[in-house]
Amino acid sequence: MKLDGKTPPGPLAEKWTTYQSTVPLVAPNNKRRLEIIVVGSGLAGAAAAASLGELGYNVKCFTFHDSPRRAHSIAAQGGINAAKNYSNDGDSVYRLFYDTIKGGDYRSREANVHRLAEVSNNIIDQAVAQGVPFAREYGGLLENRSFGGVQVSRTFYAKGQTGQQLLIGAYQALSRQIARGSVEMYNRHEMLDVVTIDGKARGIIARNLVTGELERHAAHAVLLCTGGYGNVFYLSTNAMNCNATAAWRAVRRGALMANPCFTQIHPTCIPQSGDYQSKLTLMSESLRNDGRVWVPKKKEDAKAIQEGRKKGTDIPEADRDYFLERRYPAFGNLVPRDVASRAAKVACDEGLGVAPTGLAVFLDFSAAFERYGRSEAHVKGIHDADAATIRQLGEKVIEEKYGNLFEMYEKITGENPYKLPMKIYPAVHYTMGGVWVDYNLETNIPGLFVLGEANFSDHGANRLGASALMQGLADGYFVAPYTVGNFLSGEIRTPKIDPNAPEFLKTAGEVQERLSKLMNIKGNQSAESFHRRLGKIMWDNCGMSRNAEDLTKGRQLIRELREEFYKDLFVPGELNEFNPELEKAHRVADFLELGELMMLDALNRNESCGGHFRDEYQDEKGEAKRDDKNFAYVAAWEWTDTSKDPILHKEELKFENVELKTRSYE
Amino acid sequence: MSFLEMLDVLNEELVNQKKEPVAFEHDCREGICGACSLVINGQPHGPMNGTTTCQVHMRHYKDGDTIVIEPYRAKAFPVMKDLVVDRSSFDRIIQAGGFISVNTGQAQDANSTPVETDVASAAFDAATCIGCGACVAACPNASAMLFTSAKVAHLNMLPQGKVEAQQRVLNMVKQMDIEGFGRCSNVTACEAECPKGISITNIARMNREYLGASLGSEKTA
Repeated sequence: MKLDGKTPPGPLAEKWTTYQSTVPLVAPNNKRRLEIIVVGSGLAGAAAAASLGELGYNVKCFTFHDSPRRAHSIAAQGGINAAKNYSNDGDSVYRLFYDTIKGGDYRSREANVHRLAEVSNNIIDQAVAQGVPFAREYGGLLENRSFGGVQVSRTFYAKGQTGQQLLIGAYQALSRQIARGSVEMYNRHEMLDVVTIDGKARGIIARNLVTGELERHAAHAVLLCTGGYGNVFYLSTNAMNCNATAAWRAVRRGALMANPCFTQIHPTCIPQSGDYQSKLTLMSESLRNDGRVWVPKKKEDAKAIQEGRKKGTDIPEADRDYFLERRYPAFGNLVPRDVASRAAKVACDEGLGVAPTGLAVFLDFSAAFERYGRSEAHVKGIHDADAATIRQLGEKVIEEKYGNLFEMYEKITGENPYKLPMKIYPAVHYTMGGVWVDYNLETNIPGLFVLGEANFSDHGANRLGASALMQGLADGYFVAPYTVGNFLSGEIRTPKIDPNAPEFLKTAGEVQERLSKLMNIKGNQSAESFHRRLGKIMWDNCGMSRNAEDLTKGRQLIRELREEFYKDLFVPGELNEFNPELEKAHRVADFLELGELMMLDALNRNESCGGHFRDEYQDEKGEAKRDDKNFAYVAAWEWTDTSKDPILHKEELKFENVELKTRSYE
Repeated sequence: MSFLEMLDVLNEELVNQKKEPVAFEHDCREGICGACSLVINGQPHGPMNGTTTCQVHMRHYKDGDTIVIEPYRAKAFPVMKDLVVDRSSFDRIIQAGGFISVNTGQAQDANSTPVETDVASAAFDAATCIGCGACVAACPNASAMLFTSAKVAHLNMLPQGKVEAQQRVLNMVKQMDIEGFGRCSNVTACEAECPKGISITNIARMNREYLGASLGSEKTA
């Protein structure tokens, strides 16, 4: 199979505008006859469904939630990037493009990323017109702030709830189309397969989660906007129900899975507190501005803290290792996410972790309390302030800056972070890999499109902060309406697709069989317990740093677990009813296959880049060694059979506009 | 351990005993998606202020406590299974007018209309509603006035939403009534139980807007 990225010809900055003005169109009378299925109602899905509905297509939108407003885009905190240059600080479309390519460690497609930067400005306009209440300055104009990895202020935000506000904006646009009848909404429906007819995607099999019935839905094109697969690790900052099934089922029908080993581990999350935990919570990266990360120098101190005999405050200054400041003096505690995460793991692997599980490091604000307290005392004219007064004044300043985060931390952990240093640990947060798509966001299956986090296209090996919201909305509002139209312009003579066609009946039969198989194992272990074990295998062998030995072992462990799953799974309840356990079992079954592919991809990529760090490929200081000569390609995997290895297809990445450089933070 | 992790453990035990687990809704477990619900010992989202069920932790209870967990009870939120209720009536209220009519691509430059910070901030506060339905569950009349008014306030306050302001309030209130939500009798339990602290000022604002729209114009729902 020859992979064609279908990048349009011409200079980089003109590709998208030329595409827009030359792409074949679909006349309004034909739009009315064409049907489109959108799976997912997050930023990408809701934006695409609303925009395509506005254009006059007949859209059906599916979500497994009870309402499209619940999609996990809602949990994004920080903000959304755009190249508006409202701050007059030298930003431009090119600079946003360049930062994104570089931040992704040179593993994304230039043309896609440039288009993303181009449409970023339209997103902000659109959101404001919809009533998204972004932060504003006193003059009433929009305010920006800075984010990691860049030197300009280009991030638009709505307090710590930017994702919520943008999703509600898209949800409202979608609701307007639902009211007009141009979008038909299917809540509590989970897509379990793609149906192809003569090689084109023509519909889906969805399970009605209330009745358990399988439904066949036909359309001229299918868009998957189903998010990332971070929950393969069981513990992640993803919502409980995030899953890879839609994407994975597309791969099982011939789509390709690209760079699945590229996962982003976020350094500042609240650590796991016990075996019952099923979900991790992110603490904003901004805390690293004032917090210092450390572990005890001595193992016996760490052990005493783990066993509750000592507290962080009992360890004298001389016995603390501020390891980020020690290893990366130039950036200190503000090194990028992947670097900070790996360093914390190294410390904990040495037995220096500070939680009962051994998996946490301190994020300590005492130096900041002191620094701010002194300055505050000076401002207030208290020249002989004692230590307690200084501390108190300092705590007040920190409360103003991060009060809500400190409150959230206390709510979850029950510990007062003003009195004891916070404990944090890295957690899986985002997946850069995803279904392979070309410039049209179309997979190698004609008529099957993948948008947002579910595709692989824009973030390379590492995503920059505030870029996920940008990509989801860019794909949904501004890219898909053109590129899906491009495909549909060739379908105007295709009659309505019949959901009773033999291909639909066959696929529905296969789904039915798969579900019955899960129900009929009648073993002894719950889907949840298998998921938990899979997550541990993934984390231990394909987590923050990887090596050939672990990956080979991990792959074997997953195979064994999968075998056990199909022998000893127990799913209570019935097939044809509201059955959350069955939903979970099916998702875990797919994770068990995807997980193995991630191991294989990580094993194949003999280099370290972005979120993918291979122990074998580092320099003498422990920094990542990228191999542009041999690995400047997208690894797109073709599924064959569970018993055989997937087939690797390579899309070479050509860099015509940027020069490949090494990242350094020392 | 969080409250929902406690239910996870209960369910895992039930599954291990080959029994059916208790169905309940949840997703983000960060207090933002609005999927979790539950009335815990008579209070929607449990005992703490400004907190969703997923953010309640078991350390607030004593060993041996008996905890009564019920689904939301409201005519417009029919129970589907165990603790799961159908809140799609909220979606239909939004569909009736909870949007600004702007197609993709029609927007002007984002900075062409300045918005006073006080207005932007009040709109934001109203827009933080997570659509969980606690206001309805808390209300003795099962009224959806807080939910509906928060959306009306969010959009009607902003210059972008003014064009459709009258039509919006008329249509959304009409849909609220069609769905079978009760009337507001100023009990204010909704505000007390709202995990996002949405203010009842929004209800007053909506009443004013509604009156203005029904008396002062030719618009009808």
